[in-house]
Amino acid sequence: MNAPFSWIKEYTDLEDVSVKELCDALTLSGSKVERTTCEADEIKGVVTGKVLEMHRHPNSDHLWVCSVDVAGETPVQIVTGAQNVSVGDVVPVALDGASLPGGVHINKGKLRGEISEGMMCSLGELNLTVHDFPECIEDGIAILNPDTPVGEDITKILGLDDVSIEFEITSNRPDCMCVSGLGREAAATFRRPFRFPAPTVQKAIGDVKDLLKVINETPDNCLRYCGAIVQNVRVKPSPEWMRHRLRLCGVRPINNIVDITNYVMLEYNQPMHAFDYRNVKDGTIVIRQAKEGEHIVTLDDVDRELNPEIMVIADTEKPIAVAGVMGGEYSGTYDDTHTVIFESACFNGINVRLTEKALGMRTESSIRFEKELDPANTRPALMRALQLVEELDAGDVVYGIVEVSGNTPERKHLPLDPDQINRFLGTDLPGDEMVRILRSLEFEVSDDMIVTPPTFRGDILLMNDIAEEIARLYGYDKIPSTIMTGVATAIPSDRQHFEKALASRLVASGLYETKTYSFMGVKTLDLIGVPEDSPLRKVVKISNPFGDDTAYMRTTMLPSMLEVVAKNANARVPSAALFEIGVVFLADEDENKLPQEPKELVIASYNDLDFFGIKGILEDVCDEFNMGTLRCEPLTTGNMYHPGKAATVYAGDIELGTMGELLPKIASNFNIKEKVTIAQISVEKLFEAKGETKRFSPLPKFPALTRDLALVADLATPSATLEKEIRSACGDILENLKVFDVYTGEKIQAGKKSIAYSLTLRHSDRTLKDEEADAAIKRALKRLEAVGAFIRS
Amino acid sequence: MKEALNRIREEAIAAILDANAENTIEELRVRYLGKKGELTSILKQMGSLSPEERPVMGQLANDVRKELDAKIAEKAADLKKKAEELRFRAETIDVTLPGKRPVIGSRHPLETVMDDIKEIFLGMGFNVADGPEVEYDHYCFEMLNMPKHHPARDTQDTFYINENVLLRTQTSSVQIRTMLSQKPPIRVISPGRVYRVDTVDATHSPIFHQVEGLVVDKGITMADLKGTLAEFIHKLYGKDIGVRFRPHHFPYTEPSAEMDMECFKCHGKGCALCKNEGYIELLGCGMVRPEVLEGCGIDSSVYSGFAFGVGADRITMMRYGINDLRVLFENDMRFLQQF
Repeated sequence: MNAPFSWIKEYTDLEDVSVKELCDALTLSGSKVERTTCEADEIKGVVTGKVLEMHRHPNSDHLWVCSVDVAGETPVQIVTGAQNVSVGDVVPVALDGASLPGGVHINKGKLRGEISEGMMCSLGELNLTVHDFPECIEDGIAILNPDTPVGEDITKILGLDDVSIEFEITSNRPDCMCVSGLGREAAATFRRPFRFPAPTVQKAIGDVKDLLKVINETPDNCLRYCGAIVQNVRVKPSPEWMRHRLRLCGVRPINNIVDITNYVMLEYNQPMHAFDYRNVKDGTIVIRQAKEGEHIVTLDDVDRELNPEIMVIADTEKPIAVAGVMGGEYSGTYDDTHTVIFESACFNGINVRLTEKALGMRTESSIRFEKELDPANTRPALMRALQLVEELDAGDVVYGIVEVSGNTPERKHLPLDPDQINRFLGTDLPGDEMVRILRSLEFEVSDDMIVTPPTFRGDILLMNDIAEEIARLYGYDKIPSTIMTGVATAIPSDRQHFEKALASRLVASGLYETKTYSFMGVKTLDLIGVPEDSPLRKVVKISNPFGDDTAYMRTTMLPSMLEVVAKNANARVPSAALFEIGVVFLADEDENKLPQEPKELVIASYNDLDFFGIKGILEDVCDEFNMGTLRCEPLTTGNMYHPGKAATVYAGDIELGTMGELLPKIASNFNIKEKVTIAQISVEKLFEAKGETKRFSPLPKFPALTRDLALVADLATPSATLEKEIRSACGDILENLKVFDVYTGEKIQAGKKSIAYSLTLRHSDRTLKDEEADAAIKRALKRLEAVGAFIRS
Repeated sequence: MKEALNRIREEAIAAILDANAENTIEELRVRYLGKKGELTSILKQMGSLSPEERPVMGQLANDVRKELDAKIAEKAADLKKKAEELRFRAETIDVTLPGKRPVIGSRHPLETVMDDIKEIFLGMGFNVADGPEVEYDHYCFEMLNMPKHHPARDTQDTFYINENVLLRTQTSSVQIRTMLSQKPPIRVISPGRVYRVDTVDATHSPIFHQVEGLVVDKGITMADLKGTLAEFIHKLYGKDIGVRFRPHHFPYTEPSAEMDMECFKCHGKGCALCKNEGYIELLGCGMVRPEVLEGCGIDSSVYSGFAFGVGADRITMMRYGINDLRVLFENDMRFLQQF
């Protein structure tokens, strides 16, 4: 909502208040100022000048050399190409050094050899239009009123020095979507009287009852309808003061009748309409729901199909307007309009919203109605329109108003308990002060402390609402700041604690955390080779997505991670090691039930961690959270992994997820050329696998012995098999078993591999003897032989 | 004999002064003062002296021994020091060379900020509640005093799954779930991901992150709301950052407010960061409406409460000077490595 400072000042005495003071104070009392603009800020050094003489330019057949009086010591010489200027005209003159809207600077110079000390300006050059100044022409110099004094700043002469204030009005305060409403807030904020006299008409002809009949067939949706008639309409431009105010509010002036309806909307927050009487059959307005299949061509020239949810203003035959939203093609006023019907009505907000939705349109009128307006405002607003008709000599007002009521909400009466309000706000305000504040906002407060909010405050329903009125005018800043009493203990849940610790551990392992969108595309699952019957295909679909790429909620974290990998690789980032912990969405069969939202951990790396790099990180996680030993079993059936470099990952017996090297085909679906290794782990399963707090083992008192075992085994024999044999052969004395070398190549028989283990052996109660260690190794070798592994010679 | 002692003394002193290695000194000590050393062998001849000469010579021999002992010790210390100096010089490193850094990744800056916010509220006795991102309209809107067709729904343009299920536009839905499952006193924050139909640009994203908070107890006042949120800002930004509360409107709170904090860059003077306003709009808050409490089965004549919501993405951007929201979700390693 834009409101000119000068207009707000009409409603209360703000002579000693600067724009900034007003903006700051209103922001703190609830009408937030977004910004202020002043047209004059962009216009400097432009004055009024009177053309004294004009001569043809000696070197040009279209330029004029003018002598212009700008109230300086001598007239200035200005060369112009404009053809609409005559001697005696008063025009805007941009002098040497002037600046114009759009960052244009004017300097003294020579035009084909003749000095020009500035430029005469058109409306466009001052960022104005002929709508604002209909007496001027579009493509020529702006010729001002001949009585305009010369040498004056053009911004003052044209009223461009006024400040337009833009307010952010919240949806509960439609009463502040008009200048008088903001004036009322300003008056209450500065504790000054609010000036808002009731409009009156001096002279009226005939009787409206003879000309206009109004029938309300939809009383739930049309809460009130007031109609009035003006005859002998004299359509012409409205006066400058009105055009000026409309312009600063962002409304384009059209003609006096249309401008009056817009002006009243801006002043009273009452959308109005003017119908040409000729187009309203039988002089009868019927407010009704549209009929199935009915059509209307609205003012924007669109043929719209209506339905019974939509309320229309009709005559006895056809709809002539979509109620509260937009008029129909027959509803406008024309240059030859003789009689108009002014409509000032109040429509049900929800119905207007449904209509907006059904027709896909919102207008200045509908954005007001949708917030529920005040039925009681319709009559004064209409009176104001008639008063303006009289003032502007736009026609002859016909006596009387036709008023039809619908079902209006009952007014609220609320008890005011100052103690309760103080207890609620944490303040210590006297009851008298509360009453004063409420009355300054036109709330009625009876002697027995019953509050009746004004009709335009439909948002006041409860004690809390009254408390807010009191608090905001008392000043939120004056309410004390206290610390809550009472004891409260809070600790993160085990699960919350675990997730944070898990992320920290992964970071400590060298991984960088990512955050990606939770959407996925319609084709995403195909890109990663998810089978048709996979549970990952049970997707949650968004009914109003941006597009196919973001139409589903993700059922796997992998695709968004691969997009991150692709982005990095394609930006030539040499390597990356990433992880993300996030939610995936698995739809329920019943689409009215919420999906499951398990959490997943995805790890991905290229040119940094290979299979064993990521496996090592997961082993460390298992260790850190006491999950038992991490175990990998070869995974050959997956659709997304290299068949020789993929595994199902377990902690103990709990299946955590899968990992492996991404198939080149899938990588290339994401435009990735690098080898990518990934792990997809269920955070739910990790948490399930999490063990108890670690227990301390006493430090060893006796020395350990070490033995190395270099074995040769079949290529296909997993290390896990060999380790298992060594462990069972050695028993309790095996403290640690490590692989320190794996070799295949020339020095080894084809189809075989060499694998070397380092064993740490220790007895917990005594010093282990060499012979005992050797015996254990011997037992191990024997068992290893049985699985085809021999000591390397 | 006296001459012999003097000769040994002079010879030894010259040799000691000449020595330039620690082992040379040791050799000299053995040669002159050792059990088989020259001085010892001279003293063995004492028996051949007259009883008068013996104490004189004995004294002289002792003096020489002491002197040589001292000289040797002094020289040894000197040589040791020199050797050490030499070693130190040889071992001198270029301290301006870079350190060896451990390989460590980083948390996403948004998570760091969310964690910081959680820490602060945990310290003030707020538990952390999680809830679903795909949510019922009922919990996200209706129970928050926003029935269907409520104009305030316009400010939260919503992704719908169907008529009754949507992507939550605010984590207030978790507060409703908390109030339905837990009796007051309640102090809870609900951090998480929220969704609104917003095309992606430098300051907008269809997905962003919120931390919403709720307190319900007997005797909770608007002054408590102000005090709690001011404390939060002081812990997040420092004691010297002022805050101001402006009236605002939310359907589920009344009175409602927006809290601005003094610009941490210019301290209220006005700068590019705060668009010359001196203040930065930070969070929305208010006293919970009785309808909302009653809807959750909480007696509003006994209990009152306040709620607030703050955007973590914006705080992250301001904290690290990130001017484009999109980089938070692009996850370029060169971005992640900066944190």
